Amino acid sequence: MKNKLLVATRKGLIVFQRDAVSKWKVIGAHFNGIPVSMVYEDPRDGNWWVSLDHGHWGIKLHKSNDKGKTWEEVEAPKYPEGTLVKEGVDATLRYIWAFAAPSSDGSNSLLIGTEPGGLFRLNIQTSESKLNQSLWNHPSRTDQWFGGGRDYPGIHSIVLDPRNDQHMYVGISVAGVFETQDGGNSWMPKNKGLKAEFLPNPDAEIGHDPHILLASSKQPDYMWQQNHCGIYRTENGGDQWIDVSDRDGEAYFGFALAMDDEYPERAWVAPAQSDEIRVPIDQKLCICRTEDGGKNWNTLNSGLPQSYAYDIIYRHCLINQQDELFFGTTTGNLFYSSDGGDHWEALHQFLPMVYCLTWAD
Amino acid sequence: MPKVSFTKALKRFYPTLENKIYIKGDNISEILDGIEEKHPGIKDYIVEENGQLRKHVNIFCGEDPIDDRITLSDMVGEEDEVFIIQALSGG
Repeated sequence: MKNKLLVATRKGLIVFQRDAVSKWKVIGAHFNGIPVSMVYEDPRDGNWWVSLDHGHWGIKLHKSNDKGKTWEEVEAPKYPEGTLVKEGVDATLRYIWAFAAPSSDGSNSLLIGTEPGGLFRLNIQTSESKLNQSLWNHPSRTDQWFGGGRDYPGIHSIVLDPRNDQHMYVGISVAGVFETQDGGNSWMPKNKGLKAEFLPNPDAEIGHDPHILLASSKQPDYMWQQNHCGIYRTENGGDQWIDVSDRDGEAYFGFALAMDDEYPERAWVAPAQSDEIRVPIDQKLCICRTEDGGKNWNTLNSGLPQSYAYDIIYRHCLINQQDELFFGTTTGNLFYSSDGGDHWEALHQFLPMVYCLTWAD
Repeated sequence: MPKVSFTKALKRFYPTLENKIYIKGDNISEILDGIEEKHPGIKDYIVEENGQLRKHVNIFCGEDPIDDRITLSDMVGEEDEVFIIQALSGG
């Protein structure tokens, strides 16, 4: 079990740690006043990575190899000169939205997902980033990818297959899920079964909006996504997605999703009322859990505010390790459960807007 | 030689940055290259990777904002003072 929690917020990075009596306490804050869009602990070497979203000075990348005692700036990815998002629009780094560490290359590289839709491989030794040209030049990109919530498409999920990290998936808002089996030399859409109800053709191959994409490291073909148009899972690596939303209940619209790595049919989502009304359903905050791959969903609200709640849980803000869960909200609440979500306690209620949570050692 | 003044906001990231420095250059682009030589990496805080001035950064030559935010071609005289400041935006 990991004993630290890294909380990326609109006003900096906040570090929580479990103490000797199993209470979570704030032990530090970094980058005060600066929006931290993503935070990540590299599982290979324990280094911490953050992306900063300076309002004035652009997107920056920082690394700590001593658990936050010191930080060094690493050159952020740059789109190659002449790269265009579309005709007349230069591609420039707008946002960093995902990190992933390939296990097969030591600690040499880091994958970085960005807006406006580029996947980069950062060479950690040289600090040089290389745009994945095959995905960028996918024939669908200019006409069938678009922004959702942000101006341009963004890669928010990078899922590496632990059996072979030449095999990976990316989740793109808005384009869908793409898979490569050859280390990024070629990419195929994997959106069969998804509905894009905001498109003239909801069954289009491309143009879907997966809000978050996760896979089990124990059963990598078992994947989940909270989509703009429901909750989906697949047991065959995305060959066929199955809608497991509870359209008559709570578990339908939302952004975040967590899954049990050992028992992938077990998952949690953080519902919001609807696309049009982005507040908790009836302003009562809840988490929904399934134990059976989405056939049934239980609403969990013990300890959560049940009136006039306005919290939305962004896509990287609900995480679990076994039965321990955290979620952080747009209104600065941080909730914790030690029993799979049956009971919740507010660990902090005065944080800035929360953008990302991650466990750390 | 043109004199360059910086917002104190940049000193957070470049603590050795002086409030005013003298940089050789005939236009804004050359001035920024000169600043980059003294403080590697700082140019990325001021311009995007395509070389355009960042949306929420302003450069003044004397009391006038520069005209060319794309290629930074505004001419700078020997006696001019250049100001690099952030726009008043955010929350």
